[in-house]
Amino acid sequence: MSLHRVDERRLREVALTPEEYRVIVEELKRAPNEVELGMLGVLWSEHCSYKSSKALLRRLPSSSPAVLQGPGENAGAVNIGEGWAAVFKIESHNHPSAIEPYQGAATGVGGIIRDVIAMGARPIALLDSLRFGPLPGSSHHVEGVVAGIGGYGNCIGIPTVGGEVYFDDCYTNNPLVNAMCVGLVRVDRLMRARAEGTGNSLMLVGADTGRDGIHGASFASVELDETSSDRRPAVQVGNPFLEKCLLEACMDLAHTDAVVAIQDLGAAGLTSSVAECAGRVAGAGAHIDVRRVPRRERGMSPYHVMLSESQERMLIVVQRGREAEVEALFQAWDLTSAVIGHVTDDGHLTVVNGKDEVARLPVSLLTDGAPLRRLIGVAAEQPPGLDIDALPPLVDPGATLLRLLASPNLSSRRGIFRRYDHMVGDATVIPPGGDAAMLRVKGTRLGLAVTTDCNSRYCHLDPHLGAQLAVAEAARNIVATGAQPLAVTDCLNFANPDRPEVYWEMEETVAGLAHACRAFELPIVSGNVSLYNDSSGESAIYPTPVVGMVGLISDYDRRLAAGFRAEGDFVLLVGSSHNDLGGSEYLKVEHDLVAGRPPALDLARERAVYRLILAAAENRLLRSAHDCAEGGMLVALAECCLLGGIGVRCPAIRPESPIRLDAAFFGESPSRFIVSLASRAMPELQSLARRHHVEISLLGLAGGESVEFEGQFRLSLAEMRQAWEGAVV
Amino acid sequence: MKFGVVVFPGTWSDRDCGWVIDQVLGAELQYLWHKDADLKGCDCIILPGGFAYGDYLRTGAIARFAPVMEKIGNFADRGGLVWGICNGFQILCEAGLLPGALLRNASLEFRCQWTNLVVERTDLPFTSQCSEREVIHVPISHGEGNYFADPATLSRLEQRGQVVFRYCDATGHVTNSANPNGSVHNIAGIVNARGNVLGMMPHPERCSEIELGGTDGLKLFRSVAASAMKVLVS
Amino acid sequence: MIARVIVTPKPVVNDPQGITVKQGLATLGFSEVSDVRVGKYIEMRLEAGSEHEARERVEAMCKQLLANHVIEDYRFDIETDGHKRR
Repeated sequence: MSLHRVDERRLREVALTPEEYRVIVEELKRAPNEVELGMLGVLWSEHCSYKSSKALLRRLPSSSPAVLQGPGENAGAVNIGEGWAAVFKIESHNHPSAIEPYQGAATGVGGIIRDVIAMGARPIALLDSLRFGPLPGSSHHVEGVVAGIGGYGNCIGIPTVGGEVYFDDCYTNNPLVNAMCVGLVRVDRLMRARAEGTGNSLMLVGADTGRDGIHGASFASVELDETSSDRRPAVQVGNPFLEKCLLEACMDLAHTDAVVAIQDLGAAGLTSSVAECAGRVAGAGAHIDVRRVPRRERGMSPYHVMLSESQERMLIVVQRGREAEVEALFQAWDLTSAVIGHVTDDGHLTVVNGKDEVARLPVSLLTDGAPLRRLIGVAAEQPPGLDIDALPPLVDPGATLLRLLASPNLSSRRGIFRRYDHMVGDATVIPPGGDAAMLRVKGTRLGLAVTTDCNSRYCHLDPHLGAQLAVAEAARNIVATGAQPLAVTDCLNFANPDRPEVYWEMEETVAGLAHACRAFELPIVSGNVSLYNDSSGESAIYPTPVVGMVGLISDYDRRLAAGFRAEGDFVLLVGSSHNDLGGSEYLKVEHDLVAGRPPALDLARERAVYRLILAAAENRLLRSAHDCAEGGMLVALAECCLLGGIGVRCPAIRPESPIRLDAAFFGESPSRFIVSLASRAMPELQSLARRHHVEISLLGLAGGESVEFEGQFRLSLAEMRQAWEGAVV
Repeated sequence: MKFGVVVFPGTWSDRDCGWVIDQVLGAELQYLWHKDADLKGCDCIILPGGFAYGDYLRTGAIARFAPVMEKIGNFADRGGLVWGICNGFQILCEAGLLPGALLRNASLEFRCQWTNLVVERTDLPFTSQCSEREVIHVPISHGEGNYFADPATLSRLEQRGQVVFRYCDATGHVTNSANPNGSVHNIAGIVNARGNVLGMMPHPERCSEIELGGTDGLKLFRSVAASAMKVLVS
Repeated sequence: MIARVIVTPKPVVNDPQGITVKQGLATLGFSEVSDVRVGKYIEMRLEAGSEHEARERVEAMCKQLLANHVIEDYRFDIETDGHKRR
């Protein structure tokens, strides 16, 4: 048998193709041994190497004057002023959550927190973007994931302040769990995970290493099939208590200048963290002795140690000779730390087991060697069109409103977020339940607005437009709080990219994201791609590019919430409405249709509306602001009433032809807000609106215990609340 | 008045309590490490919320053995003020400084939400700034806040007026629907017989500034601060 | 009949509770403890025509609900008329 021949089954186990194996042999000029093959397998997995998406991701904008750190580090960072940087990232944990919902979600939260810690930042908020199959069939997933997120976040003491949950058939076998973490650090304390300084020590801190999640990264890169349950020992169990100690110990590292870098151990464990850390410094390498890695169990081979995905571990690069200082800091929190190796200048990752060399690979081969996959996109079949004139006219808007409020996609999320501690930290100045949540930056007047958004039904109907609408909706949520959108992190969830129509969706999505982010001058500073979300090729998910966004307000005292505040206030619709029923929740709930094109988005108009809302907020003209999204104007109006506990009285709506009544009430035209204001502020708002060329129209007056459109319908807040709060969990 | 805030591994309300004491109340603040065997001259010891030692096994079960707990026990015996909030209440019960125990919420779910509490004792150093039967608005955040005591203990608590806070509706009525966790008699907080050790599940440190949704919690911190003034004057 | 089910984390699975309890015991001076695994104990009273039938039913209960076979193992005893068998 030739040296270069390899058992195909062995290759499949480490998820490498024969072609990739050929490249490895060519680069090494020899066959890799078992350990090396495993290391290359995980680092060349889609999850770590981005070999199918890298070419596309380069098209995304990633710079702005505020950006301190763009993609390529553990998390992105932007300057928010007064010496502070906001650090954030979103990441998927879809496949582990499909297999074991509680632990999958919990360890997803734990992982994203460590990414933020690695930047030297203290995590201040968590958000979760979730997608499930329809209830009640998906309740096993929903219950497990929600409990797992709460179990980890509540225990570690970081507030879970936002996110989103949607239900659709396409997620039945492939639920999505995307977790975002936001942290704060002084700008001059921002860390980068670069293995600088030959001879500096590599310390492994936190949990002991066990046989957790071996091949988890490559597991995330293959489709789920019937044999997935056989891979189940791969599931990791999170220890939020240990991570809390790890978090505090890492914060204490700020007191010493002995630390060069901090790197999270996530997918592909020690192998990827050491390789990435070294890979960021030209010519750097690392020398690791697996014997010095503290173990949780006996009988682990070097292969296990290098590939273990045990949670709650960090790699720390420490100045040579100062290891004891760092060890003492971790000792104070009863945490293990061990010097497991050192930084070299030979550009290789060398692994020894005592005196025996067990692997020696060029760092660049590990981090950048995976051949990029050349995939071909072919436009998917056009989704069904929508003949709007064939829809029966709206008969009873009140009854339709109740059904929409009770739709699991629109109903109140209180049943979920009350299971998350969203207050710890004493910084949550806008709690979950409205548009974006807001955290104050203690010691300043700054407020950080945070949100995640994506309407994947739009993305399914038109991925290019859908991606733009996702960015716009996220920005609208930020603007509704009075904050200026600042930067984006994205989590791109797709099915199998080997299918040409899926790769086409990826191309379209990335182009749409790039287009909208450029128009709004928003950099994408971090993100993650999750592919192969289709079990057995049957049920592919909709393209789901989740947009996580951070915005800034200079004085959180001027923040706006969604709920109405005072009886007698004027209630206005900002922006203009069209016959936008394509892809709407109304169409799905009332006519069981997923059809048409998503609403057209005029990016210039969208920006003009932002400018108007922000100027009005700046001048304290508004008492509340709420984005019109799924369910349209009427659902948004109902939410303003329910959140504020104040009704509204409006004259009948008689839209001018060709606008239909159902579109006026439930159409999902973007670039619109519901605002309320004191009557005396009206003239000033009108002149501002004229100046920004934005249409505003008076809907009615806030007050009473019901929502009423004279002669059309009247619903009490109580019956609306019952529908709205009774739907989900 | 010098407040001592105890930090166990897994505690997370330490910084919030510290923030209120230092930044809002403007009183002296001292963090106490669980391994400390000295209370550093503090006048009131706060055991804050969190998941000390992960709350694995039972909430508070491992924390009660921390070195600092022995000193806190002695301090309480001498009449020193000890205030357990959330996880701190659970630890005080495990340590035997307060009677009863905290079970899993009746809903079997974690609950983070605002609650109304009727204040039943205003003669305590913790509540002197509240008015008689005042209803205060304070959030809870726990999975195990379902207060339980055996019938004999419960009737003793009631007879001696040791129930300080009860979950109620906005008008002060103690109802089932206002009970967020299934606590017996809607109990949200109790004090020891001597009146110097208070345990409560709700989080006053989360409602001491208007931007966080209310300031009723600050009344409790002010009460403690004022009690020290009284001692100084007398 | 009485079924007594014990559910424990699989040997290879990380057990944060066990690790923390072990550390707590060590702090209290019980340093002889080298490993702790924390599981669940479930006791059920049930009707069954025979011990064999009870065993099959409890096995099914463990598989479907009582244990999460992704991360947990289970074992159980059945007690019939004072006879206990594993």
